[in-house]
Amino acid sequence: MTGPEANPAEPDLRVARWAMWLPLGLFLSFVLLVVGGLLRPADHDVPSRMIGQPLPQFALRAAVPDRPGLARADLATGKPHLLNIFASWCIPCAVESPQIDALAGQGAEIDGIAIRDHSDDLAAYLARNGNPYSRIGADDVSAVQLAIGSSGVPETFVIDGKGVIRYQHIGDIRAEEIPAILAKLREAS
Amino acid sequence: MARRFILLFAALLAVLVGPVWAPAWADDTMPPAPYAYRQLDDPALEAKAEALMETLRCLVCQSQSIADSDAPIAGDMRNQVRLRIAHGEDPEAIRGWLVQRYGDYVTYAPRITTLTWPLFAAPLLLLGLAALLLRKRFSRVGQS
Amino acid sequence: MLAELGLAALWLAAALAGLQLIAGALALVSFNKGVGDGGTLAGIVRPVAVVQGLLAACALIALMGLFAQTDLSVKLVVENSHSAKPMIYKLAGTWGNHEGSMLLWVTVMGLAGGFVALVERRLPEPTMLATLAGQAFVSLGFYGFLLIASNPFARMSPVPAEGQGLNPLLQDPGLAFHPPTLYLGYVGLSIAFSFAIGALVTREVGPAFARAMRPWVLGAWVFLTLGITAGSYWAYYDLGWGGWWFWDPVENASLMPWLAATALLHSCGVLAARNALRAWTIMLGVIAFSMSMIGTFLVRSGILTSVHAFAVDPRRGSFILMLLAINIGSALVLFALRAGTVTEGERFAVTSREGALVFNNVMLSSILGIVLIGTLYPLVTEAFGQKVSVGPPYFNPMASLFFVPMVLVLMVGPLLRWRRDKLIRVRSLLLPGLVIGLAAAGLALWLGVKGLPYIGLVLAPAIAVASLMPLKGRNLRRLPLPVAGMVIAHFGVAVALFGMACDSAFSTEKLIAAHVGEVVAVGPWHVTLAGVEPVAGANWTALEAQLRVRYQDGDVFAMTPQARSFWAPQQNTTVSALHTRWNGQLYTVLGEQADGGRWQLRLWWKPFVPMIWLGGALIGLGGALALLGRLLADLKRIVVRDKIAYRRMRQGR
Repeated sequence: MTGPEANPAEPDLRVARWAMWLPLGLFLSFVLLVVGGLLRPADHDVPSRMIGQPLPQFALRAAVPDRPGLARADLATGKPHLLNIFASWCIPCAVESPQIDALAGQGAEIDGIAIRDHSDDLAAYLARNGNPYSRIGADDVSAVQLAIGSSGVPETFVIDGKGVIRYQHIGDIRAEEIPAILAKLREAS
Repeated sequence: MARRFILLFAALLAVLVGPVWAPAWADDTMPPAPYAYRQLDDPALEAKAEALMETLRCLVCQSQSIADSDAPIAGDMRNQVRLRIAHGEDPEAIRGWLVQRYGDYVTYAPRITTLTWPLFAAPLLLLGLAALLLRKRFSRVGQS
Repeated sequence: MLAELGLAALWLAAALAGLQLIAGALALVSFNKGVGDGGTLAGIVRPVAVVQGLLAACALIALMGLFAQTDLSVKLVVENSHSAKPMIYKLAGTWGNHEGSMLLWVTVMGLAGGFVALVERRLPEPTMLATLAGQAFVSLGFYGFLLIASNPFARMSPVPAEGQGLNPLLQDPGLAFHPPTLYLGYVGLSIAFSFAIGALVTREVGPAFARAMRPWVLGAWVFLTLGITAGSYWAYYDLGWGGWWFWDPVENASLMPWLAATALLHSCGVLAARNALRAWTIMLGVIAFSMSMIGTFLVRSGILTSVHAFAVDPRRGSFILMLLAINIGSALVLFALRAGTVTEGERFAVTSREGALVFNNVMLSSILGIVLIGTLYPLVTEAFGQKVSVGPPYFNPMASLFFVPMVLVLMVGPLLRWRRDKLIRVRSLLLPGLVIGLAAAGLALWLGVKGLPYIGLVLAPAIAVASLMPLKGRNLRRLPLPVAGMVIAHFGVAVALFGMACDSAFSTEKLIAAHVGEVVAVGPWHVTLAGVEPVAGANWTALEAQLRVRYQDGDVFAMTPQARSFWAPQQNTTVSALHTRWNGQLYTVLGEQADGGRWQLRLWWKPFVPMIWLGGALIGLGGALALLGRLLADLKRIVVRDKIAYRRMRQGR
């Protein structure tokens, strides 16, 4: 303790004075924090951390009879690919399908991975929504999906000629987003 | 499955109760992955897997662990975890594998990084503050 | 017509709250200048507070009337009700939405303020004026919120043919009456907050202030305790995975006010009995109410990702934040300016009742700090562009770090004397707890329990025994109710802790795809799947598993877990079936159909798990007994005071 004093409570009060503003300071930082949080647009996407990483090894069986299955080697052909993660039971995937067609129409090489899907359902879906895919692998237990850090359907990855993941698009591709995707595809070549 | 639990606490706080957030997955018709709803035969391994699954975050429900979710992708993640544990992989290695893919979001056990160290300094700070307060409070008594 | 009447009542109530604030403040100024006793202005504050509360109640009753009639010209009724709903859910629908719940909040707050104005005579008049003015200040914010941003009586045109109904999940008797329960807790804390403001303004912080505030804190605490306990149990049976606490932001939002109220309750005791911990008690009074507002804000603004499960409104979130910033911000400025001049009060030694209570307060506040930081931290990292999850692996050990020392002191504290004591004196009372604890430690070690559940299993029996020790040598018939309440509440802590530890340590889980006729063993139970049948309810269909369960060689019971499909709105839920024995619960869930005609079953044997909620109920009961004791004493005092006043009046004449 700091020496004798006339009023024993006094020195503590001096320390206390300073400490009394502490709660207000903490409260203000809380307000700042949540104001920042409220101003930031809500973002529920969980982006993949595999961008810039090579694709893991995998080999998926064919999801439909008229397209071959998909393996890692099919995506490292020296040419960039779009890898579309989709499913016949996923409604946004059907919404996105015209854009996938449009991308294919503009020369993009598109491979698909069908998540937890039956062959018949998928064939009907492709008949309805078009089939721009060169290959479609069937991922029945989301194994490849988990391995590349994809957290839902639909998602679209840009894979460069060496099989390295270059870009991830989360959610359905809108018509206005096609040029950006094509640009990413060009960047990857 | 809807997160009734959240809804419940929402009601406790008499929150504006509106439509339940529609899950991002529709109903796929595939059966669950082999080990989504099946335990490992070895109870010790199963306990290991269970402990890990309780601390991994379901990616589409966003507020449940994969051990507490009926979302198909949570089932597929449980399948992966159980298979890897059965192959003798270390639980922390599996956690690391997922963090490598999804970032720190996927684990409920925060790691100590340049961004999260305050989270772990907080208890120490609180302990220090508590010690200081208590010491000040009591040391004066000696004089009186 | 009713809607207009309600709105008029609400406006009038708001105006009176304004009057209450201004009159209170002006009277206080004249008091301070020493010019008279505040005069007429001081005289009107109390009646105005009473009328304000009654008018708010009129507005709420009007809204309930609109819901009861299903008046479809009112927007709120259209959005939240339906003519075909049972009456009880129509009425519950009044507060099952944002606007109605806010109206309920101001009503209870107004009535509580009116009650304080009517009966509280212990405090010096200026302090009462400041308290009531502070209460009006808080209420005004809520009135403003209601009238400007969320008018519950807004009309709608054209009038629709039918209402949109209430979420079927919320049509549960427990849930219908749950929000008001929690609100009572929040409002109690708001009254405590007003007392703290009043005391700060006039620097009258002493035992009288603590005694006036204590019943409100106790009442709030009882309601919060019961609210959290019941919420946890519903989560447990509703979710279908056997968990009962997930450290989810929304749960944490309900836990934080409870932690602060628990600390406040104990520091109030010190202030009332010993005139110590003055500034600290004031601070806790402010914090406890802040936590209820912060919790409401976190949930309703949807700022934390995990609470996206229901419609949230960022605009309303901002409004609550504004209220929060004004109320709490100004209270904290006042605190910073004034608390330095509030002296610390009486002294005491480390080993004393006060010492133990201070320790309890510091530990509870630290747990509160951990929960707050852990809950908000994802926001911090998001500000830096990274997503982090903070869950049980963080909260459990970090909270235990402070919880364990706290309950260790809990075993000793109630045995100590005020001011100064020696552990040697109470050693004979500590011995039984110590022996039981050591025995439990050996037994749990032999059972192979590890980690936090081990600590829980050791501590729980020790606390249970130690918590009863204050009864030793007392005449149980003449035991003061507050002491009985304390003993029961502390015993409840031990019971709940035992349940939690047993659930973590001894639960057995069985996930299986079973054929009809198959017998499955889970723990000491044999479960037979006798069949799966379709059943139908009012707005759902379901598959129901017919289970025959037998505990060891005992009788056979039937259990029927369901997988339900609601069709409006379309939703699938599992309805678990539970069978409770004295030593635990069997928890069964029916999953999907598997290949080969088998059915997914999820079965858990959870030894002693109901003790978690039994303990919570005991804690609440203890609080209720203590409250009853305090109120009876207050009542006796008021009666005596009136008698004396009456006699004086007669003698004076």
